[in-house]
Amino acid sequence: MIGITAYGGYVPRLRLSRQAAAQANAWYAPQFGGRKGTRAFAHWDEDSITLAVAAARDCLGPVGQRDRSTVRALLLASDTLPFAERLNAAVVAGALDLDEGIEALDLGGTQRAALSAFTQAVARVQAGGGDTLVLAADNRRTRAASAQELEYGDAAAALLVGTQNVLAEYLGAGTVTADFVDHFRAAGEDLDYHWEERWVRDEGITKLVPRAVQAALAQAGVAAAEVDHFIFPTTFAKMDQQLAKACGIRAEAVVDNLGDSVGDSGVPHGLLLLAQLLERARPGQRIVLAQFGSGAQALVFRVTEAIDGFKPARGVGEWLARGVEERHYTRFLSFKGQLQLERGMRGEQDKKTALSTAWRHHRALQALVAGRCEVTGSVHFPPSRLTYDAQPLQDTQKPHPLADRPARILSWSAEYLSWHPAPPHHYGQIDFEGGGRILMDFTDLEVGEVDSGTAMEMVFRVKDVDDRRGFTRYFWKATPVRGASKT
Amino acid sequence: MAQGIKDKVAILGMGCSKFGERWDASPEDLMLEAYNEAMADAGIAPDQLGAAWFSTHMDDVGTGRGGTPMGIALRLPNIGITRVENFCAGGSEAIRAAVYAVAAGACDIALALGVEKLKDTGYGGLPMATVGTYIPQWYPNAVAPANFAQLASAYRAKHGIDAALLKRAIAHVSVKSHANGAKNPKAHLQKPITEEQCLKAPTIAAPLGLFDCCGVSDGAAAVIVTTPEIARGLGKQGLVTFKALQVAVSNGWELQSNEWDGSYVHTARVAAKRAYAEAGIERPREQISMTEVHDCFSITELVTMEDLGLSDEGRAVYDVLDGHFDAEGRVPCQIDGGLKCFGHPVGASGIRMLYEIYLQLQGRAGARQLADPKTGLIHNLGGQPSQNVCSVSIVGLEGV
Repeated sequence: MIGITAYGGYVPRLRLSRQAAAQANAWYAPQFGGRKGTRAFAHWDEDSITLAVAAARDCLGPVGQRDRSTVRALLLASDTLPFAERLNAAVVAGALDLDEGIEALDLGGTQRAALSAFTQAVARVQAGGGDTLVLAADNRRTRAASAQELEYGDAAAALLVGTQNVLAEYLGAGTVTADFVDHFRAAGEDLDYHWEERWVRDEGITKLVPRAVQAALAQAGVAAAEVDHFIFPTTFAKMDQQLAKACGIRAEAVVDNLGDSVGDSGVPHGLLLLAQLLERARPGQRIVLAQFGSGAQALVFRVTEAIDGFKPARGVGEWLARGVEERHYTRFLSFKGQLQLERGMRGEQDKKTALSTAWRHHRALQALVAGRCEVTGSVHFPPSRLTYDAQPLQDTQKPHPLADRPARILSWSAEYLSWHPAPPHHYGQIDFEGGGRILMDFTDLEVGEVDSGTAMEMVFRVKDVDDRRGFTRYFWKATPVRGASKT
Repeated sequence: MAQGIKDKVAILGMGCSKFGERWDASPEDLMLEAYNEAMADAGIAPDQLGAAWFSTHMDDVGTGRGGTPMGIALRLPNIGITRVENFCAGGSEAIRAAVYAVAAGACDIALALGVEKLKDTGYGGLPMATVGTYIPQWYPNAVAPANFAQLASAYRAKHGIDAALLKRAIAHVSVKSHANGAKNPKAHLQKPITEEQCLKAPTIAAPLGLFDCCGVSDGAAAVIVTTPEIARGLGKQGLVTFKALQVAVSNGWELQSNEWDGSYVHTARVAAKRAYAEAGIERPREQISMTEVHDCFSITELVTMEDLGLSDEGRAVYDVLDGHFDAEGRVPCQIDGGLKCFGHPVGASGIRMLYEIYLQLQGRAGARQLADPKTGLIHNLGGQPSQNVCSVSIVGLEGV
């Protein structure tokens, strides 16, 4: 049996109020006045790489809980990867501290790329290639006062494909590949160009998606009427219902597409909805997941008895519950790189990254791996040849991952002096359970939310963006363990 | 322990430029201002200088590297000039080098001069530090106020002190220094402030407000040192001699291990202990007449009172509020106004601190003269609480 053996997702905490955005643009685009709900958006230090890492950690759980050495391949699907050349999937693999012997690949080009990544993963597993981690993430740019600005969202999802303890068995797939251009984005461009919505709906989705769904059901040997859950991400009202009807799937099988809270996250959205559904799916239920883009693709699954034996670290449901409504439209614009705010002279600082240095220390920087002295147990970040013990020992440190260890604030401040995309800039000393201390950036928090003693967790984020050379460097930051009480 | 430096070297002369936003003055002008005063005070000619040490920190906006900027600015007669740089403690390092050279007999008379031209950056505050190629890849793009502000959060947590009480205590630190600085014509800031102004000032780095931060100024200071015998031979009386010169440097223990609690400066305690031993001081609260400490931020000064043993642990808050370190207090601190009012031209500060104690011990401090001081302590701190260079120097009247 091949199928999903673990799943997870990630939705950024920030949720733009559509009403606030519409109000800010009412003078220009009054047609959006009636929009309701929120859309998720990435913090300034999140991009499709960091979103994917967050979803993967949700899926795999903390280091030590699941043996990550069984993961032999990583497929990263996204239409918004930060690097055209530099394997984005390798950055993710590094953050997850996966074995360097794995295969890693970036995929994209269409909204259904994550489904293609999934079928590739299945083929790989079938061929004996080992467990394959399928990740999908998007963080799309839109024009201010556009429909997409309100309808899109940012998110990521992760599925582990394998043969052991399968939670949802893969039954079949159907694909239609066609150069139906509902929208496009030229290489090097930031923004999509869209054709008329009515044509997309009537000639594209309505005609192409049922072909993929029917092909998938036929391969799976499942009758349309037997489908318990039908997932189809769309921003068109009732489009999913109409498709279900056209395919012979029961109306009540249609899964809510999170349009009110997250928005349409693009490539990951199908997997995100699937990951959310799996949190409540029952054994024996049949799931059809379809996505549209340069044709269409559909996957069919059957939930197994093992489904209750797995829980993601947080799960989409909890990520959704952690959302905070953002009513500052300009913050959204700024985080999306669409608003040029005054930075002051301190913002002129060169963020050039010495790539040779980065590689020399790559495991510490990418995976937050410290060095633990085998003799004294002292933990060092960054790792060093000599320990800081009163009698320093040489070459006694062994890798000691910190990313999933409980941590607390020893000291902190929040300053308005330096340029920072989300002032005040919070940072301080973090002490890790089991040893280790790092003076590090905090992120994704509110003023007044932390103090000495506050429990924090590690998140993989953008450290700096080198605007001059187009390079993004990543590191780990501390963020409050939401809901945790202070000691 | 080694013999130490006590009473082996005396101050022959000192000079200090006016500190402030010296828009009209280049670093060369500032150096000359301090040098002229020091040479006149010493009563010597340039060819009597055996060697010089030059303290300056910033490469981008300062004078540049090496010893040449000072050699050219002061037209020194081809003597050896060595640039020293040790963060904000650089001034004290230049003094240490000059004093050691004289004590070693390598030269009879040595000059230490520090300068910094900060007001050519185009903005307030210190420029962002450059820290190599590895640290920026993981360490926060940190600024000094937030580094030192962290002392406050850890100090409150350790001693269970209410945030409002600590905020009021650090406000008192600044109010006191401004009151002192108001009497000092060389200070950058010469206006008294109120506690209310402090408490209501905009936040720079929580919990530090604008008045909790020292000024940013241009300035230079110089000291000429020699042996007590040569000084006497040149007609000097009532000599001020060095009793202790100690520097302690972090090795990563505070920053990396979980043992340091973040509420104090470890190296300051190490340096103070060594300095008291070198100077033969057993009861600092009674034997130290005054201190000039590195009040880059009000919270730094507060915890330093404990680090120097002038307050018991956890008690500095109350001692500060009780006025123990005010001009009329038990051990006056920053009688010249401190970094708070002089600002912090990095390379010059350590020497500027010595200048005030030198004047006080000689009874030449004018409106702010203390009654009969005998010994002064200089605390000069560079870096940040968790990783730094800390210097503690003690000077006093000869024979005390």
